[in-house]
Amino acid sequence: MKNLSNIQIETIDLNVTYHNNHVLKNVNIKIPSKQLTAIIGPSGCGKTTLLKSFNRLLEIRDDVSISGKIIVDNENILDHKAGDVPDIRKKMGLLSQKPSPLPMSIYDNVAYGQRIHNKKSKEDLDKIVEDCLKEAGLWQEVKDRLHDPASRLSAGQQQRLCLARAIAVNPEVLLCDEPTSALDPISAQQIEKLLLKLKKDYTVVLVTHTLRQAKRVADYLIFLYFGEVVEEGTSDEFFNNPKDPKTKAYLEGEIS
Amino acid sequence: MNRRFLEEKIFKILMIFSIFIVVGSLILIFSVIVFNGASSISLDMLTQTSSPRFYLGKGGGGMLNAIVGSLLLALPATAMAFLIGICIALFLQRDFIHPTISNFIRLCLDILWGVPSIIYGIFCMTIMIAFGMSTSLLFGIIALTLLEIPIITRSIDESIKMVPLGLKESAYSLGSTKFETAIKVVRRQALPGIVAGILLGLGRGIGDAASILLTVGDSNFIPDSLYDSTAALPTMILNLLSMPDPNVQSKAYVVAFVLLIIVLAISIISRSLSKKSTKYVIK
Repeated sequence: MKNLSNIQIETIDLNVTYHNNHVLKNVNIKIPSKQLTAIIGPSGCGKTTLLKSFNRLLEIRDDVSISGKIIVDNENILDHKAGDVPDIRKKMGLLSQKPSPLPMSIYDNVAYGQRIHNKKSKEDLDKIVEDCLKEAGLWQEVKDRLHDPASRLSAGQQQRLCLARAIAVNPEVLLCDEPTSALDPISAQQIEKLLLKLKKDYTVVLVTHTLRQAKRVADYLIFLYFGEVVEEGTSDEFFNNPKDPKTKAYLEGEIS
Repeated sequence: MNRRFLEEKIFKILMIFSIFIVVGSLILIFSVIVFNGASSISLDMLTQTSSPRFYLGKGGGGMLNAIVGSLLLALPATAMAFLIGICIALFLQRDFIHPTISNFIRLCLDILWGVPSIIYGIFCMTIMIAFGMSTSLLFGIIALTLLEIPIITRSIDESIKMVPLGLKESAYSLGSTKFETAIKVVRRQALPGIVAGILLGLGRGIGDAASILLTVGDSNFIPDSLYDSTAALPTMILNLLSMPDPNVQSKAYVVAFVLLIIVLAISIISRSLSKKSTKYVIK
């Protein structure tokens, strides 16, 4: 965090309230670019809320109020008008907890983003779909049935399809909301490996509730506790030399 | 323990009894219609249009004009009600308007759903008279459209409400606009419910007598234009039954049988269509 130009997302006094429930309290964090940042903390502490505020996805629910600033590429994305929101979201791919492919074929899932944003020829589109599926490690498994419904894939395959679909729109950031928690151990491992590979090209933000996963993959950690940031730091500092007593307690499994 | 066992027994008997009533009445309806209409069944009934003699004794034509009339009334009405209904239903989602407003609109639609169809008939007749026009296909279609809008809209609305939030989040996070999300993603996921809604509306429209009773008039010919009066299956049943001659009355049962077959066909087609449309749906 020496060089400020390497900050991908910065929040300043971010507050989020749902139904009079103050979920995030004065969150000030900086997420480094081209690294894997893990947001950890016990259930219900606001991890997912924080993640979904980065691409203004919270707004599709009612009764939510957001204040503060979220700076992405030197712009406060909360200032943007509703018409610009799709462009903000395009910068950030989302991988949700439960794999949620779109109700269409495998091919159409990956091509969806390109189709809505750019007019591409059939050949270009084929190439993009193939490249993205290869990058997500799914090509070999689906190349002969690209036009099958995506719902016929296994959960692990669906999650990799969602990853392929997300990178097909050339995002800068991948927002991952516990992407492995609904998967079997082998699929989970595949996703973890992919995230480690993808962090070279993308900023990855991973919400996780398993400390071990965070320890395995994260470069930078943010510890949230009841909507407040308790501690943030590099993986090394965070695990070996936590400053806050709450972090210590969490690492030792005393609070969860 | 004994009491719980008894409860279970009683409940089981009640269930079997209710099922028996439903299945039994379906069989009874069919047999009553077939039994009463048997004496008038002939191929002419399907291939000929009616004539004045048709209402006076044996023979004298058939109900072709009423079959065509009913289809000409119900199909355009369903198409229009669908176009209007899907726009309302997509718009009712919270992505577009505040839930307080959409719930108010839903309440209005539910009240409209409950309005007896004769009221739609009276309403359209009043308008017809105000415009100085006479009974015609046009006002029958308008009455049926009004009747079908709340049915189609609310069933599409309910199926859209069932679309998981995660799916919308996926679409939005790929940079879709609200419109793209609604048309490309939500519409696909809700397709089986949309198909069911359309066919529910069509079934209701084709079988409804009261709303067209005052608006389409009657005719022995297949209508040539929107401004012609026309016969329809439900009104033909009423007309035939109001005649004193039992030979004429039995024709009403044949017409009723055809109407029943059409409605049945719609429901069978709807089942197979909605099965096909579930291919891409995410469970």
